Amino acid sequence: MIDVEMPQMGESIVEGTLTKWLKKPGDKVERDEPLFEISTDKVDTEIPSPVAGTLAEILVEEGKTVGINTVVGRISDGAGASAAPAASAPVVSAPVNAQPPPAATPAPAAPAPPAAAPMSDGATIVEETAGPLSPLVRKMARENNIDLSKVKGTGIGGRITKIDLETYLSGQTAVAPVPVAQPVAPPPPPPPAQPKAPAQMAVSAPPPPAPSYVPATMAGAPAAMRVEPMSMMRQKIAEHMVFSMNTSVHVTTVHKVDMTKVAKLRDKLKGAFQAQYGFGLTFLPFTARAAVAALREFPIVNASIEGTNVIYHRDINLGIAVALENGLIVPVIRNADEKNIVGLQRSIVDLAARARSRQLRPEEVGGGTFSITNFGSFGSIFATPIINQPQVAILGVGAVQKEPVVVDDAIAIRSTAYLALTFDHRLIDGALADQFTAKVKSILENWTEEVM
Amino acid sequence: MPSVVEELAACELIHLGSMRYAEAMELQHSLVEQRKRGEIPDQLLIVEHPHVVTMGRNGHSENLLASPELLDRAGIEFHHTDRGGDVTYHGPGQIVGYPIVDLRDWKRDVGAYLRALEQMLIEALAEFGILAGRKQGATGVWVDGAKVAAMGVHISRWVTSHGFALNVDPDLDYFRYIVPCGLRQPVTSMRALGCSAGREEVTAAIAGSFARVFGRAIMEKR
Repeated sequence: MIDVEMPQMGESIVEGTLTKWLKKPGDKVERDEPLFEISTDKVDTEIPSPVAGTLAEILVEEGKTVGINTVVGRISDGAGASAAPAASAPVVSAPVNAQPPPAATPAPAAPAPPAAAPMSDGATIVEETAGPLSPLVRKMARENNIDLSKVKGTGIGGRITKIDLETYLSGQTAVAPVPVAQPVAPPPPPPPAQPKAPAQMAVSAPPPPAPSYVPATMAGAPAAMRVEPMSMMRQKIAEHMVFSMNTSVHVTTVHKVDMTKVAKLRDKLKGAFQAQYGFGLTFLPFTARAAVAALREFPIVNASIEGTNVIYHRDINLGIAVALENGLIVPVIRNADEKNIVGLQRSIVDLAARARSRQLRPEEVGGGTFSITNFGSFGSIFATPIINQPQVAILGVGAVQKEPVVVDDAIAIRSTAYLALTFDHRLIDGALADQFTAKVKSILENWTEEVM
Repeated sequence: MPSVVEELAACELIHLGSMRYAEAMELQHSLVEQRKRGEIPDQLLIVEHPHVVTMGRNGHSENLLASPELLDRAGIEFHHTDRGGDVTYHGPGQIVGYPIVDLRDWKRDVGAYLRALEQMLIEALAEFGILAGRKQGATGVWVDGAKVAAMGVHISRWVTSHGFALNVDPDLDYFRYIVPCGLRQPVTSMRALGCSAGREEVTAAIAGSFARVFGRAIMEKR
């Protein structure tokens, strides 16, 4: 019996839908005869049979989506197998041969030519067009698979220059240098051999890579660095951060808040709160409560931008940034304005715990209308947070510290913290941002609401 | 540098002019078979179809907003077809491109192939000052959230058929009969984006960027 597997159709493809069996169980099939059809994003592919024989069983029905290398059916080779070229038989049963074998050539004998070489050669001969992009820029864009719509042009008439692409790339890939100067010299790295470790690929699922520049630097000094693929989460975070920076005009305003009243209240209630509810009382729900009240007064801070429209959200869905071991996630407290300090603290504790144990439901991480990030819990005094798109503002809360403060011309010891509001200057003007932050500050400094 | 040209694999560019969908399908099938047998080099067919709505193998009929009868009365043909993707419309004012490429000579990677088709169109559009891009999870070429080119591909033994459709200056009203690719997102055209480039210029730009992206030497057949 020969297992027939869902083939690997490319590096970025981890699964496929079996759209149609072209044979029924019991049907005879020739080697290389189309056996079934699969569908991946926008591509339908006929998969030929790896051997001659009889289709013995179908394990994956039409319409099912399964991961690559999943066994979809079995062929009993009977008389047919011996007719197949001897060389092909062992290759077929091994999971490495996830791709349909080429018609006549034995699989290992026909390695795909390194992709980078013909592409860069191609660029050297077809340069007659003098459009808004220089050949160098076109080449860089192609080699790094860049969406030109995401690149800001700073040249004449908004033309995209080499420097713009380098800026864009450095934003995307930290410090990876782009070897523009000698595209021919460094031997192109062996293309990440598809058949080598399909199982790993399924897990890490790298997106279409830009293989030309990272490995080139690797070749130089192998010991001086370590190359690790980013986790999926890291890639998503990176993408989101760049997207946000490219979308919003980030401006941060910082207000200093006297937290003494809240600190005293918290000190007084801490023990009883823990005893009654089973979790501690922190400063964060106070800031959240104050922010929510200020959002009601300044609804534009609870808005988002769509094209040239401003979308005002009726609900206040408060995102709370949670640091994970190796990343960041912003779960959302829905209708945060309907919760008191106890309710907010409960939600914060619950969401943070489930974020860290990866048990958030998808709807709990979307739909936020405003976010708070509490970098103070790591000791930071103030920072300039990045807006969580498509929101238009984020409030950063610094550590609460005791410090000498002048009060009525006398020096007093007060608990203070910095509130840093990053806002999207496309929509929100500085004056309004400061009014909003001053409102948050005023609520905190003159706290009156009962906690328990 | 003629020596470089000689090293590049050839791709024949064939201008089919206006051709009915079924006829172009038949031609593709025959060329795919010839390509599989190694009798011909890679091909890039450029065609314009009379009004036609086609439904991919995993298309959803709810994305077809008009009955086949209504389409018929509106003078629009309807075909089921064996490309990937959902439902789409072709018509006058579109450049439809069918690359018949043996991916074994390029990269055995259908994802990379789609990205390369996108890149080719992004670069061709850039020559007319249109900054187009990709959209995560939505194959095709997009400008400001509107789709300017759609894609759908069939692969048999690593030989590609079907391909892309770029809206140069079609009557965008015809898209109202369908939900393009099952996505409720706007469709646009080069003309709608303020570009008055003609079909020939755009075809030349596509051929040029195809050559660069796929590393092929284009041989034009008229």
